Amino acid sequence: MSEPALQSGRILSPVRDLGRAVVFLGQALSRMRFRSGTLGETLRQTYFIGVRSLVIIMTCGFFVGLVLTLQTYDTLTRFGAGDAVSTVLALSLFRELGPVLTAILFAGRAGTSVTAEIGLMKATEQLDALELMAIDPMERIVQPRLLAGLIAVPVLTLIFNMMALAGGVAYSVFLMGIDPNVFWGTMQNNVELGRDFGAGMAKSVAFGGLAAWLAVYFGWTCRPTGEGVALATTQTVIATAISVLLLDFVLSALML
Amino acid sequence: MKSSNQIELAAGVFLLLGIAALVFLAVQATDGGAIGGKEPYRVTATFTNIGGLKPRSTVSMGGVRIGTVEEIALDPVTLEARVTLAIDSTYDDLPDDTSASILTSGLLGDQYVGLEPGGSPDPLADGDRILITNSAMVLEQLISKYLLNTDDTTSDD
Repeated sequence: MSEPALQSGRILSPVRDLGRAVVFLGQALSRMRFRSGTLGETLRQTYFIGVRSLVIIMTCGFFVGLVLTLQTYDTLTRFGAGDAVSTVLALSLFRELGPVLTAILFAGRAGTSVTAEIGLMKATEQLDALELMAIDPMERIVQPRLLAGLIAVPVLTLIFNMMALAGGVAYSVFLMGIDPNVFWGTMQNNVELGRDFGAGMAKSVAFGGLAAWLAVYFGWTCRPTGEGVALATTQTVIATAISVLLLDFVLSALML
Repeated sequence: MKSSNQIELAAGVFLLLGIAALVFLAVQATDGGAIGGKEPYRVTATFTNIGGLKPRSTVSMGGVRIGTVEEIALDPVTLEARVTLAIDSTYDDLPDDTSASILTSGLLGDQYVGLEPGGSPDPLADGDRILITNSAMVLEQLISKYLLNTDDTTSDD
């Protein structure tokens, strides 16, 4: 390959990857079929990617809430506004930290395993075997995982937020002695259901779809070797983290 | 490998946990808990100056929060600020000569509307107007009032 062609290939290949991923998503969506087995398989995948991420989500959520409260309380008391700590905690969790951190943790815990699973299916020619049995692998493998991502990530975000609030209560109410009524009262007065909480949840649905899409895509397109699968799982984490943060900025700008 | 039944049960419990978290967060951690209540009633009040009052600011009486500022607009005829207050319908027997002032919580805190009850036997109803109002204190006007001992800020002397 000549030098300019190599250069253009280097520039164009990410663009081509993006296009491929979009075409893949289009195919997966256009081949969506709802049969009797779909719900069961989606539930099974929700278990694999959702329930099994619970431990890491709950631990991280609790400690994020704890340290966020510690830091903001320390800063706010310098301005004599210690009571605002619950508002700062709830707003930053609901609007940003909850959806974004959950999506990134989800990519690390569940996205990688989805990529590796599909990659191994490909390496061991299970996908071809399905096709030989006249079962559409898009419908059987890809679709339940996409749906499960859409369901599991918002649920995990809710649980993350719960645990983070528990961490906030643990620090500010039990350790710092803020009155629990003040803690919840200022939060209720200042956090809006639709604009703060609802917008954050809408984001987390979008992140769930994005994370599941990228995880399935990298598994689906990986080279069918051990090395290819390993590379694909790494790509899943990197691509999800970057695109979640990008999408987060775009969605936040649109919603505010 | 767990049986398919157990997996579906665990997934179901997971979803229920999510719904429970949704309800808890919406009711306990946001203003959503108040939405289930009765529809508030609305009264208007006009002020010459509202200072830093914003929509969603607190409306309180005797320090108790009883509603929110719903809308702020400039009356095109009188050129005064017309503030619409949404008051919790639990408090539907405020006297109709209640007065409204724009106050500041703390020295530099948020501004809010404080209501002071009058003595009239008739209650305020939806759509009524509060007649007695006190505008916000604007710091610059106060300073010029006391420093220059005049209300007029134009200095041609």
